[in-house]
Amino acid sequence: MISIERLTKTYGTTRAVDDVSFTAEAGRVTGFLGPNGAGKSTTLRIMVGLTRPDTGSATISGRNYVDLPNPGLEVGVLLDASAQHAGRTGREILTLAQQFMGLPRARVEEMLDTVSLTPAEASRRVGEYSLGMRQRLGIATALIGDPEVLILDEPANGLDPAGIRWMRDLLRGYADRGGTVLLSSHLLHEIEVIADDIVMIGLGRIVSMGTKSELLHEKGTVASAADLLALELALTTGGLAVTHVDGGALCIDADAARVGQVAFDAGIALTELRAATSAGLEEMFLELTAATQREGASL
Amino acid sequence: MTAVAAAQVQAPRVSVKPIPLTRITAVELRKMFDTRSGFWLIASIAITSLLATVGVVLWAADPDLTYSTFATAIRFPVVIILPLIAILAVTSEWSQRTGLTTFTLVPHRSRIITAKAISSVAIAVAAMVLAFAVGALGNLIGAAIRGVPLVWDVSLTQCWYYVLGMVLSLLMGFMLGVLIRASTGALVAYFIWTFLVPTVFGLLAQSQHWFHQIQPWVDIQFAQAGLFVFAHALTGKEWAQIAVTGVAWLLVPLLVGLRLVMRTEVK
Repeated sequence: MISIERLTKTYGTTRAVDDVSFTAEAGRVTGFLGPNGAGKSTTLRIMVGLTRPDTGSATISGRNYVDLPNPGLEVGVLLDASAQHAGRTGREILTLAQQFMGLPRARVEEMLDTVSLTPAEASRRVGEYSLGMRQRLGIATALIGDPEVLILDEPANGLDPAGIRWMRDLLRGYADRGGTVLLSSHLLHEIEVIADDIVMIGLGRIVSMGTKSELLHEKGTVASAADLLALELALTTGGLAVTHVDGGALCIDADAARVGQVAFDAGIALTELRAATSAGLEEMFLELTAATQREGASL
Repeated sequence: MTAVAAAQVQAPRVSVKPIPLTRITAVELRKMFDTRSGFWLIASIAITSLLATVGVVLWAADPDLTYSTFATAIRFPVVIILPLIAILAVTSEWSQRTGLTTFTLVPHRSRIITAKAISSVAIAVAAMVLAFAVGALGNLIGAAIRGVPLVWDVSLTQCWYYVLGMVLSLLMGFMLGVLIRASTGALVAYFIWTFLVPTVFGLLAQSQHWFHQIQPWVDIQFAQAGLFVFAHALTGKEWAQIAVTGVAWLLVPLLVGLRLVMRTEVK
């Protein structure tokens, strides 16, 4: 489990991380979502002791990262798959991690196999790797110590759809075995595919968090009929609260079965009846992205 | 966030032992060899030692065909290459961004830097042993080919001076690496230091009498020159000059650099 409490980090006049608190639970994949420059990477770097926070704390299973005696065995970290010496082979980079952690040599070939890097690919220099291959190598480095916690920054970057699916299955299996997974992304779609819980950050602040189903599916039902007014009247008479009207459809704070029954009883033919899929998260995310883009343009 | 009962959370491992410094040093040593550039940089010590030795055998005048001539000839390439090895061992963590992995696997930067210092000095000592051996071989072969008497004119004390001088110049490179933490910048600084600064100091000493007086106390390379001349045992004053210039040019910047390494962010 990872606990982040009231983390703050300021660069000059910019608050890169502003009072960020959240928890990544064991057995869950937590997605850390935010546009580029939102403070994701800074937060992750603080977690693993590469950056000092101004205030606040980040603990992993109750301990500070820097106090872990052999961190690779407890926390698998991938911060930037491209941050490798271009002149080393993939196998050599894994071997260095294996030796730092004091693991048996055989782990190297095992991990290459796990991330589907062929022996021939592993013997090539990382400078020749595609981003997807680097990500696989980075995942292998993170997993080689068989840690309980994974911290991955943009691990799906550069992966093709099959690769993203592979990663989802890998992380899913990992979380199902009781592991804690925290991964960041600037793409809502990736997080939707992989994560159980979502923490959304923008301009250094947490703007939303919860389980994926909570965030992506707002409670309630959307219904529509030829005579919208009659439908609204029938629903309110039936004791249901119409929260708002949205482009020729009503949003009702009740489940679809109930709404359908009320409309049926009132003899109104519905033209639309569905669970409200909230565009809320996506809209919020787009706003955040737009905000940071404006900021970038004004610099 | 909804609380989820995780059925099989692993208990934190209690048996995890801290990574020993010997292991970190072994890995850092391996990292100096495991790239093509690193390998050839170290191999170039052996190669240039051989070339220098062959050069002495072929071209040195008969009376000069002594062990000290070989040792001096080998010194020139080696004393330039050794600091490069130390510089790149440190700066590659930043310039190649491998520090992102290294400093998360070992989250105590002082241990990594210590391991790099130990492995750099180990390479320097190995290079010295090699240089002495190649020089000795050259001396034997040279004497045999040219038919001149075999002269071993280097005392054990002078060997120690030689090794100390080499280690000090290697540490100079190490200091620049730690202080600058970028390969290009540190290499440029190193070449300015090795080739430009002695010339400037030399001209200054020629034209300004006051500088000529204080040069041994100010110019670290001038002060250390006595370590390489195979002439006489150093006097207390000369040791004091090595110590004073060493503190000013090596120790103080090294401490500043170490402080920066501990505090700066790794990105």
